[in-house]
Amino acid sequence: MTTLVERAKNLGRARLYVLLALAGVLILTIAQVVTGTEDLTSPSTAGAALRLAIPILLAGLGGLYSERAGVVNIGLEGMMIAGTWFAAWGSWLYGPWYGIVFGILGGAAFGLLHALATVTFNVDHIVSGVAINILAFGTMRFLSSITYDSETGGSVVQSPPVQGIGNGNLPVLAGGDIFGRSTPDFLGWLETQDWFYVSDLAGIVRGFIGGVNWMTIIALAIVPATVWLLWRTAWGLRLRSCGEDPWAAESLGVSVLRMKYVAVIISGGLAGMGGAFLVLVQAGIYREGMTAGRGFIGLGALVFGNWLPFGVLSGAFVFGFGDSLRFRGPDVVRSFILAVAIGLVIAGVYDQVVSPSSIVRMARRWNVDVRWVPHGHISLIASRAPVRDTVDFFEKTLL
Amino acid sequence: MAQVPVVHLSGVTKRYPGVVANRDVELKVMPGEVHAVVGENGAGKSTLMKIIYGMVHPDEGTIRIHGEETHFKSPKDAIDAGIGMVHQHFMLADNFTVLENVILGSEPRRGVQIDFLSASDRITELGETYGLKLDPSVKVETLSVGERQRVEIIKVLYRGARILILDEPTAVLVPQEVDDLFDSIRDLTSRGETVIFISHKLEEVLSIADTITVMRAGETVGTTTPDQVDARQLAEMMIGSELPSPQTRESTVGEEVLLEVSDLSLRSESGRDVLSGISFTVRAGEIVGVAGIEGNGQAPLVDSLMGLERSATGLVRLRDKEISRFEARERRAEGIGFIPEDRQKQGLLLTSPLWENAALGHQYKEPYAKGPWIDKRGARKQTEAIVRRYGVKTPGVDVPATALSGGNQQKLVVGREIMANPVVLIAAQPTRGIDIGAQAAVWEELKTARAAGMGILLISADLEELIGLSDTIHVLFEGEFVAKLDPNDLNPETLGSYMTGAGQEAAS
Amino acid sequence: MKGGKLLTTVVAPLIALIISFGIASLVLLLVDIDPFFAYSEMWKFGTTTESLISMVNRAIPLFVSALAVAVGFKMGLFNIGVEGAYLLAALVAAWVGALFSVTPVLHVSIILMVAMIVGAAWNGIAGWLKVKRGVHEVISTIMLNFIGFALSAYLFLNFFLEGTGSLITATKLIPETGWIPSLNPVLEWFGVEPRAGFELHGFLIIAVFLGIFYYYLVNRSRFGYDLRASGVNASAAHASGINPKRMIMTTMLISGAIAGLVGMSTLLGFTHRYVQDFPSGFGFAGIAVALLGRNNPVGIAFGALLFGFLGRSSLILDLKDVPREIVTIFQGVVVLAVVIVYEIVSRYAQRRAVAAAARATAEQEDEREVVAI
Repeated sequence: MTTLVERAKNLGRARLYVLLALAGVLILTIAQVVTGTEDLTSPSTAGAALRLAIPILLAGLGGLYSERAGVVNIGLEGMMIAGTWFAAWGSWLYGPWYGIVFGILGGAAFGLLHALATVTFNVDHIVSGVAINILAFGTMRFLSSITYDSETGGSVVQSPPVQGIGNGNLPVLAGGDIFGRSTPDFLGWLETQDWFYVSDLAGIVRGFIGGVNWMTIIALAIVPATVWLLWRTAWGLRLRSCGEDPWAAESLGVSVLRMKYVAVIISGGLAGMGGAFLVLVQAGIYREGMTAGRGFIGLGALVFGNWLPFGVLSGAFVFGFGDSLRFRGPDVVRSFILAVAIGLVIAGVYDQVVSPSSIVRMARRWNVDVRWVPHGHISLIASRAPVRDTVDFFEKTLL
Repeated sequence: MAQVPVVHLSGVTKRYPGVVANRDVELKVMPGEVHAVVGENGAGKSTLMKIIYGMVHPDEGTIRIHGEETHFKSPKDAIDAGIGMVHQHFMLADNFTVLENVILGSEPRRGVQIDFLSASDRITELGETYGLKLDPSVKVETLSVGERQRVEIIKVLYRGARILILDEPTAVLVPQEVDDLFDSIRDLTSRGETVIFISHKLEEVLSIADTITVMRAGETVGTTTPDQVDARQLAEMMIGSELPSPQTRESTVGEEVLLEVSDLSLRSESGRDVLSGISFTVRAGEIVGVAGIEGNGQAPLVDSLMGLERSATGLVRLRDKEISRFEARERRAEGIGFIPEDRQKQGLLLTSPLWENAALGHQYKEPYAKGPWIDKRGARKQTEAIVRRYGVKTPGVDVPATALSGGNQQKLVVGREIMANPVVLIAAQPTRGIDIGAQAAVWEELKTARAAGMGILLISADLEELIGLSDTIHVLFEGEFVAKLDPNDLNPETLGSYMTGAGQEAAS
Repeated sequence: MKGGKLLTTVVAPLIALIISFGIASLVLLLVDIDPFFAYSEMWKFGTTTESLISMVNRAIPLFVSALAVAVGFKMGLFNIGVEGAYLLAALVAAWVGALFSVTPVLHVSIILMVAMIVGAAWNGIAGWLKVKRGVHEVISTIMLNFIGFALSAYLFLNFFLEGTGSLITATKLIPETGWIPSLNPVLEWFGVEPRAGFELHGFLIIAVFLGIFYYYLVNRSRFGYDLRASGVNASAAHASGINPKRMIMTTMLISGAIAGLVGMSTLLGFTHRYVQDFPSGFGFAGIAVALLGRNNPVGIAFGALLFGFLGRSSLILDLKDVPREIVTIFQGVVVLAVVIVYEIVSRYAQRRAVAAAARATAEQEDEREVVAI
């Protein structure tokens, strides 16, 4: 009986997300038709969105592990910065895969520091996080000055170019090779047909699975792995209990302090991995400031995703998508804003006509976690006013 | 047939600084019985249970489990010996399912994963056996209080407990849930489990227990069975046949109604009626006492009167001004003073100097403030006056409040509230946790304030205090005033019955 | 207990400084550099007149930023949004300031007022979100920073930019009536004559007043009492009549108003227009200085001057083959060290205070204590 329930639960969540994703693409399609652009659903935009989403995803997942264990980690940005530097250094010295390992270890080291300050010395989580960000920034700068500065192509603020990690193409659907023989690019063909919605959908999917980097695949795989780890194993249950009710956990023999340490170190490692991705896949170089606040955006994705792995993924996509539009022309931007506005209007109308409690009921029917509220955060999904206020905000600043 | 007692405590004594929590306690629990331990707050029941559960070590005496002398070093030892404690304040993670809460720390494995199936089966099996029906896949936050209690019970049964200790289990249940719980308890004992049941609700105890041990002031007063006593006799054993007599004095109660409360009600988020229809008045020169076992609505009553709980409904009028919708600061400004029951949580800024603490609650008016500024000099002078007048023992007014002893902290709080000259003073447990000397001093001050025309609402679990000070006593039980009594004309059975709910049953 | 105060406000930061110097020295040794050589070079360069002026100039925005953050800290609110607030405020103030010209005092006052209003409004959004929707201010202020950057860039490039013919990307120049004069004449009166190009920003005076204002607000006013009580014991504060929602909102507004002034020393004393590379980062550095100074105006002043000194004197390190970044490490370490050391020291101080008071009143207390129910 239980496994059926469990399966239904997961299906419910997944179903909701898939539905929202499909609806999202529909809105984008409409917006494109109205404004006459093509780029919103082209494979290149989708591919760029995926690439830009991964670091945010990894940072968000880092935040997930930490907060689920009851430790707020504002220092993700610093841990990501450490990840970028160490990944570049590792790759420069030994090669790209070592770069990943070094990046993870670099982030994890700062995670350890954060754990030490917060768990052992009881320093306020946020203060410690801020201090770590400052320290990481300074340390990486210093390390750059003593390593890269003297090399060709390097300086205090950047490293020499480093080897990255390669891509792969899925066969048949995206024209990848099978055993050296080329295959048709089905989705690519679909996209060029210009059929309403179907082509747009094909374009987006093509963008996601064409030319996909190994690290991307690994990062994406971490998402379901996290679901399994945290919800299916005893270790994961205990970790979550540290964040839900540490007294109950302690009273049942869970070693809360130790688990918090582990969780925060993992958190740093994931953020470091995100930094490694930035260097090894996106830029091919370490440059100071390349994280550009992605550690914080990861936290935003975490809140957006309601502290769930797939939620973080969707949040990362949203932010990554927005990020990718920077490279397109202004028409595309306007088109995107229109899409967002349409989405908000629909949500707002839905919200007004359908009361908030029914949204909660609907979510409950699909067993979606709508109201996990640690530290006073609130899910953006289930309440009425943020939608109305966001629409107001857009009105005021853009129109 | 001489059965070996499952739990046998003998000569158990436990001392804390300043108080003897348990003195020479004797407790014999037979296998398969429901053994109730009754007593007032502070009678020593909780300490005794903590000793059985291994959370506290006795100073003297022996503990025998199944006839063998044992020393528990920690709760883990007790759990291993088959003892399971269901706390009064549940330790459940709201966002976890029933199953997750039950198995936490003892998860069944299938390889690396948790074996949800076997855990779920076991929980369902336990539930059916003992009438504790639960759906393991449901989140605890959706459960009612009665259902949450079932989770706690299943938690200990899952770990193989044969002796269950239930600490005030019916405190938060509605009558229907109480019946369900009692059915489960009967199922448990019919299968050989032993249940130790701590309570102060005498009617319930009489209906479920096989044996009853009464405790008072840290000692076991006696052991009896339901067919030997009734509720009134039990109440008398709990409270003692000698009630403190009110001090004879001139009544200072005047005509003017200072505080009028009418139909004050409060409903909690879960729909429970925390307060229903509370109505009373406090006249000038009158101390109105509120008797009741803790947890029957005292804290919500105080919060509602002070304006800290804004969702209360009903009328509150101070003199002739209606303040029902006023917020806390406005109520204080109108003239309500407040001695909170937990001085450290609600009454003091522990790391701040004494003079800042004296200003707490009065920081917007003289002598603590002048205009938009804090008048440090005025505050210090006032604090020094309080210290002198109320005998607060301190090296100065600049020390942090945390440096003072409990009694002196309380004297400071009492002093600052009375010296601010309120119209009505709400005093919640004003002498809790302080030494006798400080207690006597506080009582004197309250009496002096009353004589000067102040109205005082006194909420206390200390009967000596209540009877000694009050001009009239209301009894608070499950959020309602169930009786209005004259302290001069009081007998312990009546008071005890009303406080424990027996009086209602008897009356109906 | 006076001793306790001394311990936490002076000894703790001192210990942290020593630890940080130790770690920095260790790092330098690891890369084969003599730490004392580095320190002495920094000291020699950093104590010249010009350097001292630069130090103070750098310290001023840090000081103001730290004050803004500290107001929030006193209540347990974390305002990470000073960064976004001050940039927006500087932009709008620069634009407004260039629109007209009136008597200097009035002109400057108006510009400052505009900056404070914009800053207050921006941080106020976070306060409102917290009060109405329970959104944690850390998340909302960080997000608002991003929105603030984007918004200011958008407004700057599309609306506030000076028209054609300008080589610099900036807003219109504020007329001279909106300038704050440098304090060099005052220095010269004291016989100090710095080289050309080193002007002591006149905003210093306003900053000092701001510090005094902060002190009186937080430590002497009724509002300050409520603020600190809310930070020490929110429950007791509520029971004493303080309205928590109103406190949060007011505190964020005040914090934002001060934040708005962070860019004013640069704007009104140096650049006189909002430029594309208007100095940023003061918001985050301000958090560090506030932590370093333990939310105390004198401590913050010292912290700001320290950071300013480090920032200025580190310039010499490049010429002496010492990696300048050792200073950033030092800054990072000192912040972390201060918070950790402070925790330990304050707990120790508290225990001492309790023991001392108990001893002082021991002979006065009753011998037998029986606890009432």
